[in-house]
Amino acid sequence: MHKLLSDQVGEKLLLLGNEAIARGAIEGGVAFTSTYPGTPSSEISLNFFQMSQESDLYFEYSTNEKVALETAAAAANCGLRSMAVMKHVGLNVAADALMTLAYVGIKGGMVVLTADDPYMFSSQNEQDNRYYGKLSGLPVLEPSSVEEAKDLVPYAFDISEQLQEPVIIRTTTRINHSTAVVTLGPMRPRTVKGDFKKDPLNLVTVPAVSRKLHVKLLEHIQQAQGLSEKSHLNFTEGDGAWGIICNGVSHAYVKDAVKDLNIAGKVKILRIGFSHPMPTSLVKEFLKDCEKVLVVEEGEPYMEEAVKAFAQEDGNTVEIRGKGETLFSRLYEFDPGMVRERIAAYFGIPYSRPAAVDVSDAPEVPARPPTLCAGCSHRATYHAVKKAVEGMETVYPTDIGCYTLGVLPPLSMADFLLCMGSSTGTAGGFSKATNRKVISFIGDSTFFHSGIPGLINAIFNNHDLTLVILDNGTTAMTGHQPHPGVDMGLLQLNGYGRLSIENVVKGLGVPFVVKIKPYRVNKSIEAIREAVNFKGVSVVISEEMCVLYAKSLGLAKGKPFRVTEKCKNHRDCLSIACPAFFVWDGKVNIDPDQCTGCAVCAQICPENAILPVKTEKASA
Amino acid sequence: MKTTRVIIVAVGGQGNLLASKVLGEAALSADIPIRMSEIHGMAQRGGVVESAIVFGDAQSTIISNGEADVLVGFEPSETLRALNKCNADTLVITNLSPLMPFTVNIGKGVYPDLKQLQDLIGAKTRKLIAFNAAELAKQAGNVMAVNMVLLGALIRTQTVPLTADQVKTVIQTKTKKAFTEVNLNAFELGFSAAAQ
Repeated sequence: MHKLLSDQVGEKLLLLGNEAIARGAIEGGVAFTSTYPGTPSSEISLNFFQMSQESDLYFEYSTNEKVALETAAAAANCGLRSMAVMKHVGLNVAADALMTLAYVGIKGGMVVLTADDPYMFSSQNEQDNRYYGKLSGLPVLEPSSVEEAKDLVPYAFDISEQLQEPVIIRTTTRINHSTAVVTLGPMRPRTVKGDFKKDPLNLVTVPAVSRKLHVKLLEHIQQAQGLSEKSHLNFTEGDGAWGIICNGVSHAYVKDAVKDLNIAGKVKILRIGFSHPMPTSLVKEFLKDCEKVLVVEEGEPYMEEAVKAFAQEDGNTVEIRGKGETLFSRLYEFDPGMVRERIAAYFGIPYSRPAAVDVSDAPEVPARPPTLCAGCSHRATYHAVKKAVEGMETVYPTDIGCYTLGVLPPLSMADFLLCMGSSTGTAGGFSKATNRKVISFIGDSTFFHSGIPGLINAIFNNHDLTLVILDNGTTAMTGHQPHPGVDMGLLQLNGYGRLSIENVVKGLGVPFVVKIKPYRVNKSIEAIREAVNFKGVSVVISEEMCVLYAKSLGLAKGKPFRVTEKCKNHRDCLSIACPAFFVWDGKVNIDPDQCTGCAVCAQICPENAILPVKTEKASA
Repeated sequence: MKTTRVIIVAVGGQGNLLASKVLGEAALSADIPIRMSEIHGMAQRGGVVESAIVFGDAQSTIISNGEADVLVGFEPSETLRALNKCNADTLVITNLSPLMPFTVNIGKGVYPDLKQLQDLIGAKTRKLIAFNAAELAKQAGNVMAVNMVLLGALIRTQTVPLTADQVKTVIQTKTKKAFTEVNLNAFELGFSAAAQ
């Protein structure tokens, strides 16, 4: 049985934050779950996926976050407890649905989980999604620890049903990817079938209806305000004339700092866990007898601005600080030492941090950037495109996935990136605005996510571009999740449809479509050359399974290659930057443990000096 | 309870996360407060994986620069890269078997000299325990058991509040059955190596 389905109430488990959140949803009686994968949220849905295979929990990998939110919203409008899970930028994709769902509301509890990524460990921006609470009017809850992340979810379902509105849970990477000991609570029984009651005058958002619904939403915000004032998630601890207001992981850093600085009797802390609507009266009360106040929050001055406004309403002139040159930054994530140091500086506590060792005289450590895996088919495709367009002025709009790693030299195959699906839309703009040949790259999962509208646009507006769809049969970057083009039979899972990218592209009316097997180097170069020379929209579908995925499925069949004595050290093979290669004693070698036998290097070598290890032995 | 902060750095695929998990499970079974965090987004793509393990009553799950009590490096150049996590009182344990970064393999970087690396770390921290953990893992039966070798060394230093028996029980019950024996051998070899 899946460990998160355990009915041993009181059992203690060592859980990743994301596992704790998934367990919290189960304890809250969640019946319907959906997602599009994205770091740092992915393990929540992975656990839903696994549990759905051995229980009546419904889970789907939706084609994008907007669809995930819409399916969950429909389920919640049939009375089911539902949850849509996504990374922070995923909520941008889902925002259109979210904003009006706030008007329509829900019947069964609904949680929208958004995982922010301060410092951008695996993201293109570090936007602060607390503002989605303000923008939509929906409640926002934020955990400060792994344990609290679990307990927050059932509470979110309860207040969601009370308010008849979805509730946003906002985490950050250091909650999702931290581990702690969590005590299991009782599981509320799941209701897996609901019913839809027709009520178009409240559920169909034509203007006349929406004008009424906006009034209702404002009433719900008012009620949520009342809940926030009394919520156990907003609490004061300690006593003293100095005030600290904090949220999320910052609360842990603040608590440790208060202990480390030995200022327990001097400072009181207001922890905000229910951050939209902010608890106005609670904050005003907290400010009343403070001498000075520090707001500790990663990201934007969301609370700081609110707290200052509350003070102003009360005519309270206490000093309130948060973001600022000598205090906290809007950039990146916080850490305990930095928070301790800033607290000491702000309140005038003598303190100096233990000195980190001086590394100024240490030799430079060579970079170890993440790279495309040995044998990755993206590398082969990039090589073929490079060869096919030799001598041309190009632009390479790219997209989000493993292949984005092609940005690094020596591949250098990425010129522009905004967000999921942007390769197809921006390609059209580059083709009109320049005389360069535009060749875009997009992965299979990203194509289904949001690449298709840009391609449709290119056909309609007659853009001149080549779209290369890198189809490796899985959502590789986030951990091999399925997408609509995946063969679910390989996972021994039945009852799924499967879309052919080729049929989709041809169905859209793309006038030039060609499929390549990227490990066949020369044939691929030829096919790409033809596509690139085509005037108008052309699509190249490069089909080869992700090597890691193939390995995990037991489908990897390649045998390693080696560099033989015929090598004349041209080093053309190094131009594809395969990590199986190493230079030793001035000569190029292949690590047989890393080589997957894709044979791309063997086809590039001008001396045919790279041969399979086996053949070499046989001929010896 | 005293707070002990341990950083483990490794290259993706070296089993850093399993090592952290073993420590976490051992702490859970011994009823010792523990919090951990990890950054592993690119682990499968040859990047660096860093785990922070905090024993004791602290609430934070990450460790600031200069604040690690112990640094365990699964790869020597990564140990050096993480040196800014240490202070003059930090204990450093490192494997001496290099995994060449791809940048070095293609001649775009120079791998630090191992002797210089040890002298430098030794001079700047309280103590350096350095040995070829890959060799010991091979002796134990599988080069992949570097993580267990270094776990053994860590436990021997008595810098974390766990006993060898507590950790070995977790290796027995929570790591893959097929590797239990190799893992335990590796743990013992690392445990002995740290005594010298």
